[in-house]
Amino acid sequence: MSEYIIKNGHVFDPVQKIKGDKKDIAIKDGKIVEASEVSSSAKSINAKGKTIMAGAMEIHAHVAGPKVNAGRWFRPEDKIFDSHKKPGMTRIEGGKSIPTVFKTGYEYARMGYTFAMEAAMPPLYARHVHEEIHDTPIIDEAALPVFGNNWFILEYLKNREIENTAAYIAWILNQTKGYGVKIVNPGGTEAWAWGLNCLTINDPVPYFEITPAEIVTGLMEANEYLGLPHSVHIHQNDLGNPGNYKVTLDTLRLAEKVKPKNDFGRDQVMHSTHLQFHAYGGESFANIESKAKEVMDYVNSNEAITFDTGNVTLDETTTMTADGPFEHHLCSLNHLKWFNVDVELETAAGIVPYVYSPNVSVNAIQWAIGLELALYAKDPMRCFITTDHPNAGPFTRYPRVMSWLMCAKTRNERLNTFKNADKIIDRTTLAEIDREISLYELAAMTRAGPAKSLGLSKDFGGLKPGMNADIAIYNINPEKLPTKGEDYEKAFSNVAYLFKDGKICVKDGTVVDNGQKKTFWVDVKVNPNKQVRHDVVEKFLKYYSVNEGNYSVPDDYAPHQHIISLDATHA
Amino acid sequence: MTKVVKDVICPFCGTLCDDVEITVSDDNKKIISVRNACAIGAEKFNHTSLPGRVTRPRMRQPDGTFKEVSYDEAVDWTAKTLVNARKTLMYGWASTSCQAMSVGHEIAEKIGGIVDNCATVCHGSSLIAIQDVGVPSCTLGEVKNRADRVIFWGCNPAHAHPRHMSRYSIFPRGFFTVKGHKGRKIYCVDCRYTDTARCADEFIQVQQGYDYELLNAFRTAARGEVLPDTVGGVPKEKIYEIVEELKGGRFGVIFFGMGLTHTMGRNHNIDIAIALTRDMNDFTKFNIMAMRGHWNVTGSGQVLAWQYGFPYAVDLSRRTKARYQTGETTSVDLLIRNEVDACFNIATDPGAHFPIDSVVSMSKKPTVTIDPHINMSTEISDLHIPVAMVGVEVGGCAYRMDNVPIETRKVVDPPDGMLTDVELLTKINERVDELMGAK
Repeated sequence: MSEYIIKNGHVFDPVQKIKGDKKDIAIKDGKIVEASEVSSSAKSINAKGKTIMAGAMEIHAHVAGPKVNAGRWFRPEDKIFDSHKKPGMTRIEGGKSIPTVFKTGYEYARMGYTFAMEAAMPPLYARHVHEEIHDTPIIDEAALPVFGNNWFILEYLKNREIENTAAYIAWILNQTKGYGVKIVNPGGTEAWAWGLNCLTINDPVPYFEITPAEIVTGLMEANEYLGLPHSVHIHQNDLGNPGNYKVTLDTLRLAEKVKPKNDFGRDQVMHSTHLQFHAYGGESFANIESKAKEVMDYVNSNEAITFDTGNVTLDETTTMTADGPFEHHLCSLNHLKWFNVDVELETAAGIVPYVYSPNVSVNAIQWAIGLELALYAKDPMRCFITTDHPNAGPFTRYPRVMSWLMCAKTRNERLNTFKNADKIIDRTTLAEIDREISLYELAAMTRAGPAKSLGLSKDFGGLKPGMNADIAIYNINPEKLPTKGEDYEKAFSNVAYLFKDGKICVKDGTVVDNGQKKTFWVDVKVNPNKQVRHDVVEKFLKYYSVNEGNYSVPDDYAPHQHIISLDATHA
Repeated sequence: MTKVVKDVICPFCGTLCDDVEITVSDDNKKIISVRNACAIGAEKFNHTSLPGRVTRPRMRQPDGTFKEVSYDEAVDWTAKTLVNARKTLMYGWASTSCQAMSVGHEIAEKIGGIVDNCATVCHGSSLIAIQDVGVPSCTLGEVKNRADRVIFWGCNPAHAHPRHMSRYSIFPRGFFTVKGHKGRKIYCVDCRYTDTARCADEFIQVQQGYDYELLNAFRTAARGEVLPDTVGGVPKEKIYEIVEELKGGRFGVIFFGMGLTHTMGRNHNIDIAIALTRDMNDFTKFNIMAMRGHWNVTGSGQVLAWQYGFPYAVDLSRRTKARYQTGETTSVDLLIRNEVDACFNIATDPGAHFPIDSVVSMSKKPTVTIDPHINMSTEISDLHIPVAMVGVEVGGCAYRMDNVPIETRKVVDPPDGMLTDVELLTKINERVDELMGAK
C-alpha cells in the first residue's frame, strides 16, 4: 500500500492536544505512523497553509434504512432540481434533504467525514439498512438497533431482569449486525401502536405497565453490564413540544444512577441526541422559548452525559423518526403528507416533510437553541455537531452550521435579519453569547469527541501514530483565519484531501477513489441464557411474521466488516 | 437419502411466505415435495424440473425460429444492442433479487437506459397517491397481533395472495388477538362476490367504478355529515353503521388491490382511501396497505429509491441525471410513442401484462428477454436468455408487500452451466465496459 507524508500543515488533534502546530503526518499501510517510519519513496503532500484534522465522525444521522428510503421515494420533488453527476469516480447523485446512497457517501467524504452512524435501525428491517450501507461509497458506517419499545425489553425490564435484557441485546446486535442501544421515545412508540403516546418519563406504557424512566434506566444498566463501546443513545420523550425541557432534565438525571463500565475509554452512560428538540420552554408554540441554558447547566455538570445538537439549518427538509406519534402530531401542525410504519414487536417510524422558514418565529427560535447548546457547552469532547439529518436539516449543511458557530459576526447577521428578530432575541439568549468555536474545539466536537463517545477512540478520531489513517485536509489557514462565515462554509464543504484508510478518496472536492468502506458492528459474547432463547423461539413462533431462521443479516450484506468483539460472560 | 430445507421463502407473490419446507434429492438437483406453500407457490418450485425447460440462450433466426447459442454470444449481442441503442427500456425486475437489480442499474446508468418495474402497470397509481398524501401503514405482523377491523377493498387475496388471510389478516391468533378470526370483523368491498368475500363478515357490493364515491361517503360519515340515500349502490344506513364499527375497533387496516388502482380514478381512489385512513386515526388506530403482486416488485422500488430516489420509471437516458415523470418515463407510454429503440426485459413478462399496442411496438425493436421460463415476452424477443430461478436455484434479497426484506434461499442447484441473474448481468456489464472503452 502507498506511503504518504503530509508536510507543513497545521494539525488540530485533541487526542494529542495539538492545537494548530505544524507537524508532518505520515501514512503507511492505512495507518498513521511516525514520520521516521515511512521510506523515502513516500509521496509527499504539501499542506502549507492548510488545516489537518482526523476524518470527522457522524454520531447521529438517518442515512440508510426503511424510513430514509421511504422519505426518498415518497418525495420525488426532493430530486426534481437536484439530480446530477459530478466529475470524478461517481455515480448519479440525487436528493436535497434525503440524498441517495451515492450522494450520501460522496458528500460526507467531500466534507471530510469518514464515518457515519445510522441512528435508528428497526431490527426487522436490518437487512434493508445493511443493503443501503453496502451501496454507500467511501465512508465507514454502523447502525444502532432500536430497543426502547421492544416487547422483549418491556417484558424483561418490567421485572427488572437486567441480565436477560443484556442477553437479548447481545442477540439482537449479533442478528442485525448492530452497534449499540438506541432508544426512541421510550414506551411512547409502543403506545402509538394504539394511537397513544408517553409524554413524560412516568407515563405507563399501555398493557406493559412499565414507565419510560424504568426502560431508560434498565437499558443503561444492561448496556454497562455488557460493557458496550457506546452508551445508550437516547431520543427522549415529548420531542418537539413547548415546555419539554423539564422532561429532558428528568431523563438526563437518570444518568446519575448508573456508572460507566467498559474497556473502550468511554466515560458517559447516556448519549442524548438532538438535544435542540428537547430544550423548549413555554406552554405553547405561541410562547415557546429557549431553555438551552438550563439544559446545558445540567449537562455541563454531569460528566456521564454526551449529547449532539440537532441544529436547525433553515431549509426545506424531511423529518423522519421512530417517534411515530410525534410525526402524526407534526402532520396535524403542517398538514403535509404523512408516512407511518408500525413495526411488529419492535418500533414504528413516521415521516413528514417540513419547511424551516426564517420567517417563522418557532423555526428561528429552534435555530438559535441549537447554536446555544454548542456555545454553552463547556467540554467540546461531550458536545457533537449534528442536524439529526434530515430532521433539523440535511447533513450537507454542516459547513454552514460550523460557520455560525465559528464566526459570531455571521451568526449575528443571521439572527438580526430574521423577520421577527426582536422576538427571537427576546426568547433566546443567543444574542448575549460572543463565543466562537475554535478549530481545536471543532476537532473535538466532530472527531475526538464522537470517537470517544462511540468507544472508537483507540483507532479513530485522532492523528496519533497507530491510529487509522482517516485524514481531512481543509483549505483553512489558521494563521490567517477566514473573516467571513461563507469562507468557512466553502472550505468545510470541499476538502483539499480526504484520506480514508490511507488512500486518497477525495482531492480538491473531487471523488477520485471509492475506497473500501467498512461496516462496524459489535459482537458480544454472553452466558448461554435459556430464558431468552425460550422467549425468542416463542415470539417468532407466535407473533413475528417472519421465521427466526430468516431474521438475521447474512454476512455477504456487509462484505467488509469491522467487528468489535467483546466478552461479557459473567462468572 | 432426501433432505428437507426449512424456512424457505416462496418466490411467487408479495406475501413472501417464509415457512415453506422443501424436500430435495440428496444430489441437490431435484425437488421431491413442497410443504406449506399454496398451490401457486408449490407450482413455482415444481416448475424447475418440468420437462422442456430451456437451459441455454436462444437467438431468433431470419426464418423466425430460435437457435441455441452460447451465453457468451448472448452476452455479446445484448451488450452491443445496449451500447448501440440511444434509449433502451430496461423493464421488469420484479422476480429477481435486489443484488441483481443493483448490477442492472449500473449498466443502465452507463448506457442510458430507462429502468421500470411492473408497478408501472400495477401499484404505480398507489405509489403516485402516496407521493401526494403519504400513507399510514404497518408491517403484516402488526395486523396479526393487533387488528380487529380488516377491510379488503378491490382485492381478492383468496386467489392472488392465497396465504395472506391465514398468515396475517383474517385467521391467525396474535398477541392482542387471541381469538383469531372470531375477534376480528372482516369487510370485503368489491363489485362482485369473490372468494375473499366469502370469508368476510360483511360484503359491501359497490357499483363498478364508484369506489371513489363510496370512500368519500365513508369519510363524510366519519365526520357525521349528511349522505344521500345510496352511494355507489350502498345504502347510507349501511355506510353509517360500518363507519361506527370501524371507529369502535382498536386497530383497523385496509388492504387494497387492482380494483382500486385500475378502475376509474386510479391514483385518486388510493388518495382518498389513504385520506380515510388518516381520518380514522383521529378516532382509533388505522393503517392501509397495498397488496403488492410480484414477490419482489417492492424490492425493485426500494433499490431504485436508494440509488436514484424514485420507485419506478427511472429515466437514466441522459446518463448524468435521473428523471421520473409518470406518463412520460413509464414503459407503456414510451413504447406506444415509440420513444425507445431497444428493449431489455428481465424477470417479468410485459408481453402478458402490457396493452397490445405497446407489445406490438416492443416486438418491432431489438429485444432481449432474460427469464427462466418461456413466456409471452420471450416469444416476441430476438434473444431469450434463460437464467436460474431466484428463490429456488439461487438466493437473493426480496422485499415483502410491507417492505420487510427477506433473503430468499437456494433450494436446488440450477441445471448444469446455467447462469444466475447476477452472473449474467455482471458479464453483460463487463462487456458493456469493453465496448464503451473501445468507442
